[in-house]
Amino acid sequence: MWQELRSELHRRGLEIVTVALESGGAHVARPWIEAARPGHPSLIDAEHVCDALFGIVNVPSGVWIDERGTIVRPPETAYPRRPAFLDREVPPDATPRQREGIEVTKQLHVEAERYIAALRDWVDRGSASRFALAPDEVVRRSRPRPREEGEAAAHFELALALRRLGGNDRATHHFREAHRLQPENWTYKRQAWALAGAEHDRLYGTDWLSEVTRMGGPERYYPPLEL
Amino acid sequence: MIFGSPTVTAAELERGTGWSVTREGLCKGDRCIPIAPAADGTIAVDAIAAALGAPLVADDGSGLFAVGPESGGRALVSATAPDLELSDLDGRTFHLSSLLGQKVLLVAWAPW
Repeated sequence: MWQELRSELHRRGLEIVTVALESGGAHVARPWIEAARPGHPSLIDAEHVCDALFGIVNVPSGVWIDERGTIVRPPETAYPRRPAFLDREVPPDATPRQREGIEVTKQLHVEAERYIAALRDWVDRGSASRFALAPDEVVRRSRPRPREEGEAAAHFELALALRRLGGNDRATHHFREAHRLQPENWTYKRQAWALAGAEHDRLYGTDWLSEVTRMGGPERYYPPLEL
Repeated sequence: MIFGSPTVTAAELERGTGWSVTREGLCKGDRCIPIAPAADGTIAVDAIAAALGAPLVADDGSGLFAVGPESGGRALVSATAPDLELSDLDGRTFHLSSLLGQKVLLVAWAPW
Protein backbone atom coordinates (compact mmCIF):
# COMPACT_ATOMS: atom_id res chain seq x y z
CA MET A 1 0.00 0.00 0.00
CA TRP A 2 2.86 2.37 0.77
CA GLN A 3 5.51 0.97 -1.55
CA GLU A 4 4.80 3.35 -4.43
CA LEU A 5 5.16 6.38 -2.21
CA ARG A 6 8.23 4.91 -0.59
CA SER A 7 9.87 4.41 -3.97
CA GLU A 8 9.37 8.10 -4.67
CA LEU A 9 10.38 9.55 -1.31
CA HIS A 10 13.07 7.18 -0.08
CA ARG A 11 15.75 8.78 -2.24
CA ARG A 12 14.73 12.11 -0.70
CA GLY A 13 15.47 10.89 2.80
CA LEU A 14 12.24 9.24 3.99
CA GLU A 15 11.89 5.69 5.17
CA ILE A 16 8.50 4.12 5.74
CA VAL A 17 8.09 1.52 8.47
CA THR A 18 4.83 -0.38 8.58
CA VAL A 19 3.72 -2.09 11.77
CA ALA A 20 0.97 -4.70 11.71
CA LEU A 21 -1.11 -4.54 14.89
CA GLU A 22 -2.11 -8.18 14.71
CA SER A 23 -2.17 -10.47 17.72
CA GLY A 24 -2.11 -13.44 15.37
CA GLY A 25 1.43 -12.40 14.47
CA ALA A 26 3.32 -13.10 11.28
CA HIS A 27 1.04 -16.01 10.38
CA VAL A 28 -1.92 -13.68 9.90
CA ALA A 29 -0.05 -10.67 8.53
CA ARG A 30 2.14 -12.59 6.08
CA PRO A 31 -0.24 -12.82 3.08
CA TRP A 32 -0.88 -9.11 3.22
CA ILE A 33 2.79 -8.16 3.51
CA GLU A 34 3.96 -10.57 0.84
CA ALA A 35 1.29 -9.30 -1.54
CA ALA A 36 2.55 -5.75 -1.02
CA ARG A 37 6.19 -6.76 -1.72
CA PRO A 38 7.52 -3.87 0.37
CA GLY A 39 11.06 -2.60 0.15
CA HIS A 40 10.70 -1.00 3.57
CA PRO A 41 10.76 -2.53 7.06
CA SER A 42 7.47 -4.34 7.65
CA LEU A 43 7.12 -5.29 11.28
CA ILE A 44 4.71 -7.33 13.35
CA ASP A 45 3.34 -6.05 16.67
CA ALA A 46 1.49 -9.06 18.04
CA GLU A 47 1.45 -7.58 21.55
CA HIS A 48 -0.04 -4.26 20.40
CA VAL A 49 2.88 -2.47 22.03
CA CYS A 50 2.44 0.52 19.72
CA ASP A 51 -1.14 1.17 20.81
CA ALA A 52 -0.30 2.49 24.27
CA LEU A 53 3.26 3.54 23.34
CA PHE A 54 2.09 6.14 20.81
CA GLY A 55 -1.59 6.50 21.68
CA ILE A 56 -2.89 4.72 18.57
CA VAL A 57 -6.61 3.97 18.65
CA ASN A 58 -7.38 3.13 15.02
CA VAL A 59 -5.69 2.06 11.83
CA PRO A 60 -4.13 3.08 9.62
CA SER A 61 -2.30 5.63 11.77
CA GLY A 62 0.89 7.46 10.84
CA VAL A 63 3.58 8.90 13.10
CA TRP A 64 6.31 11.19 11.75
CA ILE A 65 9.79 10.94 13.26
CA ASP A 66 12.66 13.19 12.23
CA GLU A 67 16.32 12.38 11.67
CA ARG A 68 17.16 12.89 15.33
CA GLY A 69 14.50 10.49 16.52
CA THR A 70 12.04 13.20 17.55
CA ILE A 71 8.35 12.73 16.83
CA VAL A 72 7.11 15.70 14.79
CA ARG A 73 3.52 14.48 14.28
CA PRO A 74 1.69 12.16 16.72
CA PRO A 75 -0.65 9.43 15.43
CA GLU A 76 -3.28 10.49 12.91
CA THR A 77 -5.20 8.80 10.12
CA ALA A 78 -2.80 7.92 7.31
CA TYR A 79 -3.79 6.63 3.89
CA PRO A 80 -1.39 6.81 0.93
CA ARG A 81 -4.26 7.54 -1.47
CA ARG A 82 -8.03 7.80 -1.54
CA PRO A 83 -9.19 4.37 -0.36
CA ALA A 84 -11.42 2.33 -2.64
CA PHE A 85 -14.12 1.90 0.01
CA LEU A 86 -15.07 5.57 -0.35
CA ASP A 87 -16.28 4.89 -3.89
CA ARG A 88 -17.70 1.41 -3.47
CA GLU A 89 -20.92 0.65 -5.28
CA VAL A 90 -23.68 -1.10 -3.38
CA PRO A 91 -24.23 -4.53 -4.97
CA PRO A 92 -27.81 -5.03 -6.20
CA ASP A 93 -28.22 -8.10 -4.00
CA ALA A 94 -27.00 -6.38 -0.83
CA THR A 95 -29.12 -6.83 2.25
CA PRO A 96 -30.41 -3.65 3.91
CA ARG A 97 -27.75 -4.08 6.61
CA GLN A 98 -25.01 -4.51 4.03
CA ARG A 99 -26.27 -1.50 2.13
CA GLU A 100 -26.23 0.55 5.29
CA GLY A 101 -22.70 -0.61 6.10
CA ILE A 102 -21.40 0.36 2.68
CA GLU A 103 -23.15 3.73 2.78
CA VAL A 104 -21.71 4.49 6.22
CA THR A 105 -18.24 3.42 5.12
CA LYS A 106 -18.46 5.84 2.20
CA GLN A 107 -18.99 8.64 4.66
CA LEU A 108 -15.79 8.01 6.63
CA HIS A 109 -13.62 11.08 6.81
CA VAL A 110 -10.36 10.40 4.96
CA GLU A 111 -8.06 13.19 3.78
CA ALA A 112 -5.40 11.19 1.98
CA GLU A 113 -4.45 13.86 -0.55
CA ARG A 114 -3.92 16.53 2.12
CA TYR A 115 -1.98 14.12 4.30
CA ILE A 116 0.38 13.06 1.53
CA ALA A 117 0.89 16.66 0.40
CA ALA A 118 1.87 17.55 3.97
CA LEU A 119 4.19 14.56 4.12
CA ARG A 120 5.91 15.62 0.90
CA ASP A 121 6.33 19.12 2.25
CA TRP A 122 8.02 17.79 5.37
CA VAL A 123 10.27 15.46 3.34
CA ASP A 124 11.41 18.44 1.25
CA ARG A 125 11.58 21.16 3.91
CA GLY A 126 12.29 19.23 7.10
CA SER A 127 11.96 21.29 10.27
CA ALA A 128 11.06 24.34 8.13
CA SER A 129 7.83 22.61 7.10
CA ARG A 130 4.82 24.02 8.92
CA PHE A 131 3.59 20.45 9.24
CA ALA A 132 6.51 19.48 11.47
CA LEU A 133 5.29 20.23 14.98
CA ALA A 134 7.31 21.43 17.94
CA PRO A 135 7.80 18.87 20.72
CA ASP A 136 5.38 20.60 23.10
CA GLU A 137 2.71 20.58 20.40
CA VAL A 138 3.34 16.92 19.62
CA VAL A 139 2.74 16.05 23.26
CA ARG A 140 -0.30 18.33 23.47
CA ARG A 141 -1.87 16.72 20.41
CA SER A 142 -1.24 13.18 21.63
CA ARG A 143 -4.13 11.48 23.29
CA PRO A 144 -4.96 12.30 26.90
CA ARG A 145 -4.58 9.26 29.09
CA PRO A 146 -7.09 9.24 31.93
CA ARG A 147 -6.89 6.33 34.31
CA GLU A 148 -9.70 4.50 32.48
CA GLU A 149 -7.57 4.31 29.35
CA GLY A 150 -4.64 2.92 31.28
CA GLU A 151 -6.99 0.30 32.71
CA ALA A 152 -8.29 -0.44 29.23
CA ALA A 153 -4.74 -1.07 28.04
CA ALA A 154 -4.12 -3.41 30.98
CA HIS A 155 -7.32 -5.35 30.27
CA PHE A 156 -6.43 -5.59 26.58
CA GLU A 157 -2.93 -6.85 27.34
CA LEU A 158 -4.36 -9.36 29.81
CA ALA A 159 -6.87 -10.53 27.19
CA LEU A 160 -4.10 -11.17 24.66
CA ALA A 161 -2.07 -13.08 27.26
CA LEU A 162 -5.07 -15.21 28.24
CA ARG A 163 -5.80 -16.06 24.62
CA ARG A 164 -2.23 -17.28 24.19
CA LEU A 165 -2.83 -19.56 27.18
CA GLY A 166 -6.12 -20.84 25.78
CA GLY A 167 -8.31 -18.92 28.22
CA ASN A 168 -10.64 -17.56 25.57
CA ASP A 169 -13.62 -17.00 27.85
CA ARG A 170 -11.59 -14.94 30.29
CA ALA A 171 -9.97 -13.16 27.37
CA THR A 172 -13.38 -12.13 26.07
CA HIS A 173 -14.24 -10.74 29.50
CA HIS A 174 -11.11 -8.56 29.49
CA PHE A 175 -11.62 -7.48 25.88
CA ARG A 176 -15.12 -6.35 26.85
CA GLU A 177 -13.71 -4.42 29.80
CA ALA A 178 -11.19 -2.71 27.51
CA HIS A 179 -14.03 -1.75 25.16
CA ARG A 180 -16.12 -0.42 28.05
CA LEU A 181 -13.30 1.66 29.50
CA GLN A 182 -12.10 3.11 26.22
CA PRO A 183 -14.98 2.92 23.74
CA GLU A 184 -13.27 5.14 21.18
CA ASN A 185 -10.36 2.71 20.81
CA TRP A 186 -11.15 0.95 17.56
CA THR A 187 -8.00 -1.19 17.57
CA TYR A 188 -9.19 -2.87 20.77
CA LYS A 189 -12.61 -3.56 19.29
CA ARG A 190 -11.57 -4.64 15.82
CA GLN A 191 -8.77 -6.91 17.05
CA ALA A 192 -11.13 -8.63 19.51
CA TRP A 193 -13.81 -9.04 16.86
CA ALA A 194 -11.27 -10.43 14.39
CA LEU A 195 -10.12 -13.01 16.91
CA ALA A 196 -13.71 -14.03 17.59
CA GLY A 197 -14.42 -14.48 13.89
CA ALA A 198 -17.99 -15.50 13.18
CA GLU A 199 -18.71 -15.51 16.93
CA HIS A 200 -18.02 -11.84 17.46
CA ASP A 201 -21.69 -10.77 17.26
CA ARG A 202 -22.61 -13.29 19.94
CA LEU A 203 -19.61 -12.66 22.18
CA TYR A 204 -19.65 -8.88 22.06
CA GLY A 205 -23.28 -8.17 21.22
CA THR A 206 -22.33 -5.58 18.63
CA ASP A 207 -20.61 -5.04 15.32
CA TRP A 208 -18.72 -2.34 13.46
CA LEU A 209 -21.77 -0.59 12.06
CA SER A 210 -23.57 -0.55 15.40
CA GLU A 211 -20.50 0.82 17.16
CA VAL A 212 -19.89 3.52 14.55
CA THR A 213 -23.49 4.64 14.99
CA ARG A 214 -23.26 4.48 18.78
CA MET A 215 -20.03 6.47 18.83
CA GLY A 216 -21.48 9.40 16.90
CA GLY A 217 -21.45 8.40 13.25
CA PRO A 218 -18.85 7.98 10.50
CA GLU A 219 -17.56 11.51 10.95
CA ARG A 220 -16.10 10.51 14.32
CA TYR A 221 -14.40 7.31 13.16
CA TYR A 222 -11.42 9.09 11.62
CA PRO A 223 -11.05 12.56 13.17
CA PRO A 224 -10.31 15.49 10.85
CA LEU A 225 -6.62 16.14 10.35
CA GLU A 226 -5.15 19.23 12.04
CA LEU A 227 -2.93 20.26 9.15
CA MET B 1 3.30 -5.61 31.63
CA ILE B 2 2.04 -9.09 32.47
CA PHE B 3 2.96 -10.84 35.70
CA GLY B 4 2.18 -14.40 36.72
CA SER B 5 2.04 -13.77 40.46
CA PRO B 6 1.51 -10.92 42.93
CA THR B 7 5.25 -10.72 43.52
CA VAL B 8 8.17 -10.88 41.15
CA THR B 9 11.91 -11.29 41.52
CA ALA B 10 14.26 -8.59 40.35
CA ALA B 11 15.56 -10.88 37.61
CA GLU B 12 12.04 -11.65 36.36
CA LEU B 13 11.14 -7.98 36.40
CA GLU B 14 14.18 -6.98 34.40
CA ARG B 15 13.69 -9.78 31.89
CA GLY B 16 10.06 -8.93 31.35
CA THR B 17 10.06 -5.15 31.55
CA GLY B 18 13.58 -3.76 31.35
CA TRP B 19 13.28 -2.28 34.85
CA SER B 20 16.38 -3.05 36.95
CA VAL B 21 16.87 -3.05 40.71
CA THR B 22 19.61 -0.58 41.65
CA ARG B 23 20.61 1.34 44.74
CA GLU B 24 18.30 4.12 43.60
CA GLY B 25 15.37 1.73 43.40
CA LEU B 26 13.78 0.43 40.22
CA CYS B 27 15.39 2.09 37.24
CA LYS B 28 14.82 2.12 33.51
CA GLY B 29 16.88 4.37 31.33
CA ASP B 30 17.28 7.59 33.25
CA ARG B 31 14.18 7.11 35.35
CA CYS B 32 14.13 5.55 38.80
CA ILE B 33 11.29 4.85 41.21
CA PRO B 34 11.99 4.34 44.92
CA ILE B 35 11.14 0.71 45.50
CA ALA B 36 13.32 -1.78 47.28
CA PRO B 37 12.89 -5.55 47.15
CA ALA B 38 11.72 -7.42 50.21
CA ALA B 39 14.16 -9.48 52.27
CA ASP B 40 13.47 -12.48 49.99
CA GLY B 41 14.38 -10.44 46.91
CA THR B 42 10.86 -10.13 45.58
CA ILE B 43 8.90 -7.00 44.69
CA ALA B 44 5.14 -6.66 45.01
CA VAL B 45 3.45 -6.02 41.68
CA ASP B 46 0.93 -3.68 43.26
CA ALA B 47 3.79 -1.61 44.69
CA ILE B 48 5.29 -1.32 41.19
CA ALA B 49 1.95 -0.19 39.78
CA ALA B 50 1.41 2.33 42.56
CA ALA B 51 4.89 3.79 42.19
CA LEU B 52 4.43 4.15 38.43
CA GLY B 53 0.97 5.66 38.80
CA ALA B 54 -0.23 2.84 36.61
CA PRO B 55 -3.41 0.77 36.85
CA LEU B 56 -3.22 -2.85 37.99
CA VAL B 57 -5.70 -5.40 36.68
CA ALA B 58 -5.90 -8.97 37.92
CA ASP B 59 -7.54 -12.00 36.37
CA ASP B 60 -8.73 -14.12 39.24
CA GLY B 61 -9.09 -17.31 37.28
CA SER B 62 -5.58 -17.44 35.84
CA GLY B 63 -3.61 -15.59 38.50
CA LEU B 64 -2.26 -13.18 35.90
CA PHE B 65 -1.79 -9.48 36.57
CA ALA B 66 -1.39 -6.66 34.08
CA VAL B 67 0.15 -3.31 34.92
CA GLY B 68 -1.11 -0.76 32.42
CA PRO B 69 0.66 2.33 31.10
CA GLU B 70 1.05 5.28 33.42
CA SER B 71 -2.08 7.38 33.52
CA GLY B 72 -3.08 10.93 34.22
CA GLY B 73 -1.18 12.68 31.49
CA ARG B 74 -0.86 12.13 27.78
CA ALA B 75 -0.05 9.10 25.68
CA LEU B 76 3.24 10.79 24.75
CA VAL B 77 5.16 12.15 27.73
CA SER B 78 7.76 13.60 25.40
CA ALA B 79 8.36 13.88 21.67
CA THR B 80 11.36 11.55 21.84
CA ALA B 81 10.47 8.49 19.83
CA PRO B 82 10.79 5.26 21.83
CA ASP B 83 13.35 2.80 20.57
CA LEU B 84 10.72 0.44 19.27
CA GLU B 85 11.94 -3.14 18.88
CA LEU B 86 9.78 -5.48 16.80
CA SER B 87 10.31 -8.42 14.49
CA ASP B 88 9.67 -8.78 10.80
CA LEU B 89 8.04 -11.69 9.00
CA ASP B 90 11.21 -13.75 9.25
CA GLY B 91 11.64 -13.14 12.95
CA ARG B 92 14.51 -10.71 12.54
CA THR B 93 14.57 -8.02 15.19
CA PHE B 94 14.34 -4.45 13.99
CA HIS B 95 15.16 -1.37 16.06
CA LEU B 96 13.53 1.91 15.13
CA SER B 97 16.74 3.64 16.24
CA SER B 98 18.53 2.04 13.28
CA LEU B 99 16.81 4.66 11.14
CA LEU B 100 18.33 7.66 12.91
CA GLY B 101 19.57 10.04 10.26
CA GLN B 102 16.46 9.51 8.11
CA LYS B 103 12.97 10.86 8.32
CA VAL B 104 10.55 8.09 9.23
CA LEU B 105 6.87 7.62 8.57
CA LEU B 106 5.72 4.86 10.89
CA VAL B 107 2.37 3.45 9.77
CA ALA B 108 0.33 1.19 12.02
CA TRP B 109 -2.09 -0.98 10.06
CA ALA B 110 -3.95 -4.25 10.51
CA PRO B 111 -5.34 -7.07 8.38
CA TRP B 112 -8.65 -6.58 10.15
